[in-house]
Amino acid sequence: MLDDVDRRILRQYQRAPELTLSALAERCAITQATCWRRLERMQEAGVIRGQQAVIDWRAMGYEVEVSLRITLDKTAPRAFDEFLAAAREIPQVLEIQTFLGRVDLRLSVIARDMADYQRLYRDHILTLPHIADIEALMHVARIKSDEVLPV
Amino acid sequence: MIDLDDMDRAILRRLVVDATQGAGAIGRKLGLSQPATWRRIRRLQDAGVIKGRQLLLDREKLGFGVTVFLGVKLATKGRVSLEDFERAVTAIPEVQTVEHILGLYDYRLRVVARDISDFERVLRRRIMTLPGVGDVEANVLLTEERRPGPIA
Repeated sequence: MLDDVDRRILRQYQRAPELTLSALAERCAITQATCWRRLERMQEAGVIRGQQAVIDWRAMGYEVEVSLRITLDKTAPRAFDEFLAAAREIPQVLEIQTFLGRVDLRLSVIARDMADYQRLYRDHILTLPHIADIEALMHVARIKSDEVLPV
Repeated sequence: MIDLDDMDRAILRRLVVDATQGAGAIGRKLGLSQPATWRRIRRLQDAGVIKGRQLLLDREKLGFGVTVFLGVKLATKGRVSLEDFERAVTAIPEVQTVEHILGLYDYRLRVVARDISDFERVLRRRIMTLPGVGDVEANVLLTEERRPGPIA
């Protein structure tokens, strides 16, 4: 299990994953050797799974981001599997989530502009299998996006 | 807007999978020298295409068994400022993301909790007491996939 030192490391490291080992150790007020050992152990235990680069799609010309909330026709036995397999084929889909709640699924999709979005929606989204209902929510702004876990 | 060639996209695809790889390691896989790879990564960072890194943690192993997406509608628009709501909601540690949206709801929140009773505590004590909060819809996350996006 994790102790207070591990948690301190994770708190600092989540906020600044680009820190060098020595800078991270300094912020946590521990030695570099301790910091390295703790990180190594958390990686081996699978608590730390890695690091990924975060892309700013706007900087790549994708101005529109839409959340599509989808309800499936569950009378079809393989509705989820077939829908998910088809959704994975659309490059503009960034996230696929399934839920227990009022909606079954959410797709996060990006497009270059509204005309591009309309094309994507008509030609690729509406043609996905087993859709019973679909609602679109347009993103205006990200207020908080660090996804830090309160360890 | 920045123009990317196939090599830039290949570098991006690798960094999205593992951001700890150095320019040397990436360059070797793509048949590009270390300095040339480094310059391209630097250019992607300067153009803002790579806006940072994210540490990937195993939520379940850290004891966060439940993730819930909340759709929040503000009840008293005009009387409570959006800034007040945003400031208060951003300060809640269990709230991982806050998105301002147009449509059925005003905000979408991603909330983590240890279990359902812990989630109930966060909802009652922290979310329902936010300034101006009205209707709240909850959807419990079952599975989640992040896709690489259109860099193929």
